[in-house]
Amino acid sequence: MFLLLPFDSLVVNLLGISITVLFTLLLVFIIVPAIFGVSFGIRKVYMKTLLKIFQWATLRIERGAKEKNHPLYKPYINGIIAKEPTSLEEEIKEIRRSGSGKALDTPEFELSDVFYFCRKGIETIMDDEVTKRFSAEELESWNLLSRTNYNFQYISLRLTVLWGLGVLIRYCFLLPLRIALAFTGISLLVTGTTVVGYLPNGRCKEFLSRHVHLMCYRICVRALTAIITYHDRENRPRNGGICVANHTSPIDVIILASDGYYAMVGQIHGGLMGVIQRAMVKACPHVWFERSEVKDRHLVAKRLTEHVQDKSKLPILIFPEGTCINNTSVMMFKKGSFEIGATVYPVAIKYDPQFGDAFWNSSKYGMVTYLLRMMTSWAIVCSVWYLPPMTRQPEEDAVHFANRVKSAIARQGGLVDLLWDGGLKREKVKDAFKEEQQKLYSKMIVGNHEDRSRS
Amino acid sequence: GEIKKETGFSHSQITRLYSRFTSLDKGENGTLSREDFQRIPELAINPLGDRIINAFFPEGEDQVNFRGFMRTLAHFRPIEDNEKSKDQNGPEPLNSRSNKLHFAFRLYDLDKDDKISRDELLQVLRMMVGVNISDEQLGSIADRTIQEADQDGDSAISFAEFVKVLEKVDVEQKMSIRFLH
Repeated sequence: MFLLLPFDSLVVNLLGISITVLFTLLLVFIIVPAIFGVSFGIRKVYMKTLLKIFQWATLRIERGAKEKNHPLYKPYINGIIAKEPTSLEEEIKEIRRSGSGKALDTPEFELSDVFYFCRKGIETIMDDEVTKRFSAEELESWNLLSRTNYNFQYISLRLTVLWGLGVLIRYCFLLPLRIALAFTGISLLVTGTTVVGYLPNGRCKEFLSRHVHLMCYRICVRALTAIITYHDRENRPRNGGICVANHTSPIDVIILASDGYYAMVGQIHGGLMGVIQRAMVKACPHVWFERSEVKDRHLVAKRLTEHVQDKSKLPILIFPEGTCINNTSVMMFKKGSFEIGATVYPVAIKYDPQFGDAFWNSSKYGMVTYLLRMMTSWAIVCSVWYLPPMTRQPEEDAVHFANRVKSAIARQGGLVDLLWDGGLKREKVKDAFKEEQQKLYSKMIVGNHEDRSRS
Repeated sequence: GEIKKETGFSHSQITRLYSRFTSLDKGENGTLSREDFQRIPELAINPLGDRIINAFFPEGEDQVNFRGFMRTLAHFRPIEDNEKSKDQNGPEPLNSRSNKLHFAFRLYDLDKDDKISRDELLQVLRMMVGVNISDEQLGSIADRTIQEADQDGDSAISFAEFVKVLEKVDVEQKMSIRFLH
């Protein structure tokens, strides 16, 4: 034990030096550029290198599987069964046509009608459009994270070594780095906004507030090693407008806010989030609601309208889906934000799941676990498209407008446009949909009201 | 291995369906309950959803394991050409025309007595149309259907009568689900 003593001071010295070096590097390469909004391009190089490694890894797995004659599990994103997009009417008519030579236009009931419902039901059991949106997307090639590997068997020494190296880098080098950055970013945000809050209202305060916000979000972006590509930045939201985007995770906020200055909308939380929220509102007006107020839709609408009508206030950032979806589709938009009547600036966010899946499965992981998973992925790569602004047409109602915006976002991001409500994650589907199906079928067997008198 | 022989699905299809089974199994106990099925929104809005779910569960049981799951789904495997000319000695495959028709018959036959009575037909019809048709009208539809199909005069439809009514319908195609791979 006594032999360790002379080494002690040596170890301590080395530790001290390496920490200082680390922090200087941090400062120079990350924090300073974040303040000024420039980038060295280190992250892009990192991304390209990783891609090459992933492709190599996938080839090795495929080769290894062929050699050993193991069938490979390949996830299929487009579904596993062939579904025909025909309507209830067409299908049932088809069945009846093959069954009998009777006149098809007379509405009546056939025993064979049940085939339609039967097959449709079994199809949805095998593969449905909704439940798979609430779990992370499956990848086609492996990205060296054991969490995404379905074929993980011992394929080759090189691959395992590579994976082990990856684990080492991610957990021992990247993770502490990212935590340090996140810590810096958040504390700067809180202190910065509080300090700015003490200044008298005016242009100086606005200018500083804007830059404090942007700077801190940029640091957070680097804390996650997020590599973001912005498209069409000339369409960025302006004051008095509402910015809507599809929702995949809480990180969406950081990604959008690091490129623009927004007013946030949300519920006041306790804990760290609450501290951040309270500090932010000192520097510029965000719209925070108490938990009880969230249920009151009129109150929410009123406050949002007030905010939007004040042209000096910032554009509001809203996620109308109401919950996190796994970034393969866009689900129903809640119409509340579309009733207000302000200009809507749609934004499409698409993540590349190769480097780290950003989807937050809130039923599986809590917030802290989620953040840790994010920080131990390779990177978060995404593209942000700013779409041209849209306004509600005079004859359009809010729901129709919401669907129009949703389609535009889905189209741009390459996502599937679904009419289903994201709330289905937790709740049961409304009976109204079943009743619709029943109504349609009733028409087929008794015809419309005018025909009833005939039979 | 056994499941493959019994159901006729290929290895990759079984793997895929197993993945589906586990994703539906929220309780992670290797079996599915009725609630697990009802969580599928598109199934919940199907008017015959509950009857279909029922078809998976053997008499009196509340849980279905993977094997049972696959056996029921096997009814919907398309009939391949090489199977049509197979010898008649082996047991009938689950996806034969007769078994497919039997599956549909069971949807109507609520009390499993191998006969579709007027009452049962009315109940299933009621499920399919909801509140949109009156009782009298529905009753007359049921009566007419039974009249057309019934041949032995017992005012109910037996399986043989059911098959006769549907003999021209392309059951193989309508009750089959094609896999993409």
